[in-house]
Amino acid sequence: MKTGIVSYGAYIPRSRIEPAAIGQVWGIDGAAMGKGLMVSRKSVPMPDEDTITISVQAARDMMRRAQVDPAEIGAIFVGSESHPYAVKPTSTIVAEAIEAAPHLTAADYEFACKAGTAAIQTSMGLVGSGMMRYSVAIGADTSQGAPGDALEYTAAAGGAALLIGTEKDRLIAVINHTYSFTTDTPDFWRREGQMYPSHGGRFTGEPAYFKHVVTAGKTLMERIGTKPEDYNHVILHQPNGKFPTRAGKQMGFAPEQLKYGLLTPEIGNTYSGAVMLGLASVLDVAKPGDRILMVAFGSGAGSDAFDITVTDEIEKFPREKGTAVRKMIDNYTLIDYATYAKYRGKIRMRE
Amino acid sequence: MRDVAIIGIGDTKFGELWDSSLRRIGIEAGIAAISDAGISGDEVDALYVGNMSAGRFIEQEHVAALIADYAGLTKNHIPAVRVEASGASGALALREGYLSVASGEYDIVVVGGAEKMTDVGDEDITNIQAAAMDQEWESVFGATLPSLYAMMARRYMHEYGATREQFASVPVKNHANAAKNPKAQYRRAIKPETVLNATMVADPLGMFDCAPNSDGAAAVVLAPMEIAKKYTDTPIRIAGSGQASDSLALHQRRDILTMDATVYAVRRALKQAKKEVKDIQVAELNDNYTISEILALEDIGFVEKGKGAEFSHSGQTAIDGRIAVNTSGGLKARGNPIGATGIAQAVEIVRQLRGDAGERQVDGAQVGLTHNVGGTGATAIVHILEVA
Amino acid sequence: MGSIPRFWRENPSRYNLVGVKCENCGRVFFPPREICPVCHRESIGKMKRLALSGKGTVYSYTIVQDAHPQFEMLKPYVLAMVEMEEGVKITSQIIDVEPEDVRIGMKVEAVMRRLGAEGNSGILHYGYKFRPVNEQE
Repeated sequence: MKTGIVSYGAYIPRSRIEPAAIGQVWGIDGAAMGKGLMVSRKSVPMPDEDTITISVQAARDMMRRAQVDPAEIGAIFVGSESHPYAVKPTSTIVAEAIEAAPHLTAADYEFACKAGTAAIQTSMGLVGSGMMRYSVAIGADTSQGAPGDALEYTAAAGGAALLIGTEKDRLIAVINHTYSFTTDTPDFWRREGQMYPSHGGRFTGEPAYFKHVVTAGKTLMERIGTKPEDYNHVILHQPNGKFPTRAGKQMGFAPEQLKYGLLTPEIGNTYSGAVMLGLASVLDVAKPGDRILMVAFGSGAGSDAFDITVTDEIEKFPREKGTAVRKMIDNYTLIDYATYAKYRGKIRMRE
Repeated sequence: MRDVAIIGIGDTKFGELWDSSLRRIGIEAGIAAISDAGISGDEVDALYVGNMSAGRFIEQEHVAALIADYAGLTKNHIPAVRVEASGASGALALREGYLSVASGEYDIVVVGGAEKMTDVGDEDITNIQAAAMDQEWESVFGATLPSLYAMMARRYMHEYGATREQFASVPVKNHANAAKNPKAQYRRAIKPETVLNATMVADPLGMFDCAPNSDGAAAVVLAPMEIAKKYTDTPIRIAGSGQASDSLALHQRRDILTMDATVYAVRRALKQAKKEVKDIQVAELNDNYTISEILALEDIGFVEKGKGAEFSHSGQTAIDGRIAVNTSGGLKARGNPIGATGIAQAVEIVRQLRGDAGERQVDGAQVGLTHNVGGTGATAIVHILEVA
Repeated sequence: MGSIPRFWRENPSRYNLVGVKCENCGRVFFPPREICPVCHRESIGKMKRLALSGKGTVYSYTIVQDAHPQFEMLKPYVLAMVEMEEGVKITSQIIDVEPEDVRIGMKVEAVMRRLGAEGNSGILHYGYKFRPVNEQE
């Protein structure tokens, strides 16, 4: 049975900080750093925002467009590397907040930046096998970058939610195929109890991001017999603006194909939210018949690739009932490093 | 129901009383009142104590028994009652004590109010006072007591065009009065600029728009009118006592610019006293925030709704004004040890009616009114006192 | 431990603005009440669950400078009384706005935010705050 997207939603917090403001504190030419990474600014959550509130906002955005009875949702999965609790799931709070509780299953996922897409694959299995009518997959994060580290320039906050169903319902996009390439590659990690992640520097490039993204993308296309020019939109994982631009080239795509799905240059890397926000941004402008290739990457490491076709239903789909991703990207206020450090809990407070 | 009179009064200084514990200030006020009444401890039939939150300020409940104990009244094992209605705890204790004498159950009753706030830090005080509001639907969402009054002030300015300058006339007058009150916490007059330029607490209320945190106690001795003259030449009759309640949360009130509880309480008190608002020469009103005194002027009926700010600004509430308000300095300048305030208001009115108010004396004061409020107006209690 | 059941119990109202409507007189109440304060006995069995739409206007507001310790990170913040479409008023914060831009009559909508936490190891609390509605949406 075909499975696909019934509805989608997104949320990006309003504050931004620029690389120059970060570099200034650490004695680095932040503007040059930003240029090199192809990131102009990154999103910062308010002290009263976290992965739970972002997931709820994205899910509610999705439900506003969906015209679906929340009681028909059989599962909710939230993928993140910054769940507010180490133990106690984000997904149950989302379930209550969209009135889908209590007759459903829920769980939280972790796989660095591809926890959300892992949730999509699980959802496809659950609805495609006929076990339930709808399943929700959310990717959201409020990732931390260690002070002074390269990742501090890009680690951002945001999230997106997908309502997955089968062809028995109105799908705005069909997920034709998914393929994953997974290995044990320690390019980026965070040990239990540590506030900041660590990474392997240049090791995060070739052996990690590029190997997995390019292999997953190419293998999927080989298996289903598609060529780069078949795709109207390509969304690749985007830890900065540079990696996906290069990977896209390596895979034979033109820059215009990546245009709508590449958000990191303007909001930073939203980790588990990244490709899903890119997908939401594409769906905001997609037309019937558009073909989409989406390749997520999660450190540790793995890539989930998806081949998606937009249906005629998107014309009748009430996109305007939610908020356009472009609108959320453009609606922001700049903050300085002191405010950023305060918001992100980087200042040691009295106990 | 019998007529009841106040035959004795006593109070401590109000302020940050580092050397005094709650029991110490409770006894000090009580003993002063008993001496003033010229009675002995053996004549006391019951003790009522108004106190908002000893449980959280000093981790002590059961405070009426405690004060009866330390006042040396355990010998006679008298009934001791603790009364609580947040900011109106003092006035409620007075009312409960009054009813107990009026009903004939007791003859001589001591009613005290006491609060020891400064044994904890400022942050804790703010948190403890939040219990006067709706915890679940106001405090949890970030409301503080001043912020709720600030919203009343903001809406008042929006509907009636009042200004902060007009509001400032309240603390300026109250400080001027307190300068003449040896028991007051703040004894210096202030200028309007001080009020207007003060640090903001919750816009548009600044530090000088808000009553301070204080320690203090006050007490009165009640007796049936028929025997009052045995003890004093100047018994002061409790002519009327009225109490009313309203929804706890400010957002559930009929109108946030009218404290309906005040309206009903004063109506009941006036009816019992067979008096009208124009009969009153001196009043102690609940000015925990400047906007509260202004709303009280209107809700009691000294001036019509919306005209209170101008009424105050034009000097009508000064000692020699149309109605002398808060000659003691009010909560703002005399101080606001929460449970003591309602009794301290009665003590000031008694002083005025006896002609003992010194430099604060209102000429020809015959009838006085006290007005005490709990939280943002969920409880209001009005007493009308007159020369017997 | 903090107080777990006390907060957990109110989640439906705090997450989804669940109030109640008296089917006898049509009045809406938030938070929910067992009995209509106007209809009294006639409302027994007629109090129907109603989730508010989340849309309202600012009835009054203040900028809180002196806050309870648990709100230290947010000050100065805007506290407001919001008049909901259904007629009830709610006390909450206005966020995603510069304090000087808040006006009485401003249109706002409810969103979920973290209300607080019981220290570093206790439960997190979530509930409604309000943000301005963009007119051009």
